Amino acid sequence: MSEEFKIEIVNPEKSFLVKEDVSEVVVPAFEGEMGILKDHISIISFLKPGIIKVSSKSGDENYYVEDGIVEFKNNNLSILTSSIYNLSDMDKSVQQNLLKKAEEEAGKSDINDQTKYLVDQKIEVLKTLN
Amino acid sequence: MASLDDLKKRIASVKSTQKITKAMKMVAAAKLRKAQESAEKGRPYSEKMNNVILNLSSGISDKENAPKLLAGTGQEKVHLCVVMTSDRGLCGGFNSNIIKKAKSYFSKILDENKELKIITVGSKGNDQLKRTYGDKIIENISFKESKNANYFDADKVGKIIIEKFEAGEFDVCTIFYNKFKNVITQIPQAQQIIPLNDEGNENSSDESYEFEPDEDEILSNLLPKNISTQIFKAMLENSASEQGSRMSAMDNATRNAGEMVDKLTIEYNRSRQAAITKELIEIISGAESL
Repeated sequence: MSEEFKIEIVNPEKSFLVKEDVSEVVVPAFEGEMGILKDHISIISFLKPGIIKVSSKSGDENYYVEDGIVEFKNNNLSILTSSIYNLSDMDKSVQQNLLKKAEEEAGKSDINDQTKYLVDQKIEVLKTLN
Repeated sequence: MASLDDLKKRIASVKSTQKITKAMKMVAAAKLRKAQESAEKGRPYSEKMNNVILNLSSGISDKENAPKLLAGTGQEKVHLCVVMTSDRGLCGGFNSNIIKKAKSYFSKILDENKELKIITVGSKGNDQLKRTYGDKIIENISFKESKNANYFDADKVGKIIIEKFEAGEFDVCTIFYNKFKNVITQIPQAQQIIPLNDEGNENSSDESYEFEPDEDEILSNLLPKNISTQIFKAMLENSASEQGSRMSAMDNATRNAGEMVDKLTIEYNRSRQAAITKELIEIISGAESL
């Protein structure tokens, strides 16, 4: 089908996901959620904590990310992230752990506004998961 | 000539050493496979990251106001060198190769009357450098507890470097590590990470991107990540090199021990026969004299 493009998610350890037949990807870009379809203009942006939704023929998949960079070019979507979890096999305990860590960080007094914003965002997303 | 008993003990000791080196070789081989795999898997990330940064930096029109991590501080007075070595020994020339490379770089910098600061990653490098450059070492980081190279550790090192850069403690940062080529060849590398060396810029595309938020903000977010990524890459290459180097070193040691055992066994048999002959001569000449 012509409405499909390629997605590649890499984390520092390995290629996390490579798919050739995705029709739509929704990423939590820094300035709001962003849906990407085929023939989107070339774009570079980075991610805030949130859910990446990958729609393809075989169904939807959801991933939780904490940070990362998206690059879309020539119908190739690359997502670089250092922390990504597949929601369908993510443990409740992992979620709790991340939430605890984020809350700890939010409690610190010496963080700047941007980190604060990101951490709050993270907590919010994690809470909706539970 | 050593007595028979001594020789026997010697052979036994060499044999048990051989057993140890053989076991170490096996362990290194198994670990090497894993390390090599993760080094290969880690490559796409750092390559992609590099590409994005190249695309970004070629898109920046105003070089003057580019983030300092990319453009540098404008001077080259204080050099920070991050020397990455292993935490364990018995891996052939692995550590000394890095140290040699680093030392020649150090003396070049000192000759130019520039200031030198050193961060060592891994205890072996620290041990070797503290004798000559003890006063220059500002930090020693060791990851003895973590089994494999992981991004979390690399991020820690990256954060330390960026912190120091932002505090204005240095102008240029270079990392030293071994690049894994194959089991017998590891190439010591010096890679400058601050300011970013944009060699190989020609393969960046002219395509214009849309940026969200603007370039500057993306770059200033991306560059610190790139530092950690580069360090992580170096760590992965290093751990593969370490295992490869250890494997070939232990292979050599096992072979040498085998040769030694052969030689000692021959010597042992000779002296045993000599002792028997001597005893026989004594008996015969004793009988003759009667």
